[in-house]
Amino acid sequence: MEKDINVIKKADEFLQMFRKGEEFTKELLKENEKLRYKIAELEGLMERSGDEARIKLYEDRIKMLEDEINSIRERFRQVEEENKDFASKYIEVEEENNNLANLYVASYQLHSTLDFSEVLRIVLEIVINLIGAEKFAILLIDEKTNELIPVASEGMSVSDAPRVKIGHGTIGSVAKEGESYFTENLDYRKEFNPAEPIVCIPLKIKEHVIGVISIYTLLTQKSGFTNMDYELFNLLAGHAATAIFSSRLYTQSERKLTTIQSFLDLLKEKPRR
Amino acid sequence: MPNILVVEDSPTMRQLISFAMKRIPDSHVIEATDGVDALKKMSTDKFDIILADINMPVMDGLKLVSLVRGNNAYKNIPIIIITTEGAEEDRKRALSIGADAYLPKPIQTQELIRLVNSYLDKPKQ
Repeated sequence: MEKDINVIKKADEFLQMFRKGEEFTKELLKENEKLRYKIAELEGLMERSGDEARIKLYEDRIKMLEDEINSIRERFRQVEEENKDFASKYIEVEEENNNLANLYVASYQLHSTLDFSEVLRIVLEIVINLIGAEKFAILLIDEKTNELIPVASEGMSVSDAPRVKIGHGTIGSVAKEGESYFTENLDYRKEFNPAEPIVCIPLKIKEHVIGVISIYTLLTQKSGFTNMDYELFNLLAGHAATAIFSSRLYTQSERKLTTIQSFLDLLKEKPRR
Repeated sequence: MPNILVVEDSPTMRQLISFAMKRIPDSHVIEATDGVDALKKMSTDKFDIILADINMPVMDGLKLVSLVRGNNAYKNIPIIIITTEGAEEDRKRALSIGADAYLPKPIQTQELIRLVNSYLDKPKQ
């Protein structure tokens, strides 16, 4: 009996121990579940925070690339501006080169000969080909009569050009004052009038006027004057004057020399007879 | 190396055109004073382009154009007429005879260089 009671006590003790173990196991399982949940939560959190960081990283990268693009665009714009600037400067330099070439050729030709008629022909050529004049005349001052006498012309006969007293009319005033004359409106001067040129350029050696170039009409394709034309007018005023003056002196001295030479030859021949 | 023939009786214009043509890289410029002189030069040299005036002594530019176009050896050489004659009928006449382009004087050097380059850049026929 007593033995049975002991067995029952032991069984109770074992049952209690088993129940405690069961409770402990249940608690452990609960705790485990909680921890699993926590871990899952943390893992989720970590994953989310990783995405955000990556997004942040990408956003920063995009911002940086956008800044870079903007700076490249700005640089591109600046380079384009510079290019435009260089292109316009290049055109200006080219134009300047062409103008200088024209002036060089004109002055080279003017001083290429000492023959008076050849110089006059070159002046005519320059005025036709480089300026584009159709009707014009070269008048030189006759110191004896104080008149401007036509010596060469183009598009009109020399006799059609006027003889002008210095100080009279547009042409005479240009010869007197030594200042170029340009008509204010080319359209009003389509008709040929020998006394009314559209342009009159004094031929000057320093301040001494030796003659004028009187232009009456321009070629049909020439509508007005360019800066180059004014440069050429300036060049003609000086270079053509010196070329005409020196060639005239040279031609006159050549003629005199020939006369003297003939005279000397004649003197040498006389004693033989 | 483009060979350019400049046919012009006026020494001033001849020098000016030659000056402009020498600015085309590697160009070789030969000058002739009229049509006959041009044909002589063409018999000894091969040209890539001809620039000719109309009003010239001995043989004018239009006669030169028609002779060049009538010769199988030269007929494909581009010819640019440079002249003081600015009227439309003069231009039409020159082009109908066989000139490729017509440039009235006074010439703009840049325009002339551009025009010549446009013919030199064209593939040869």
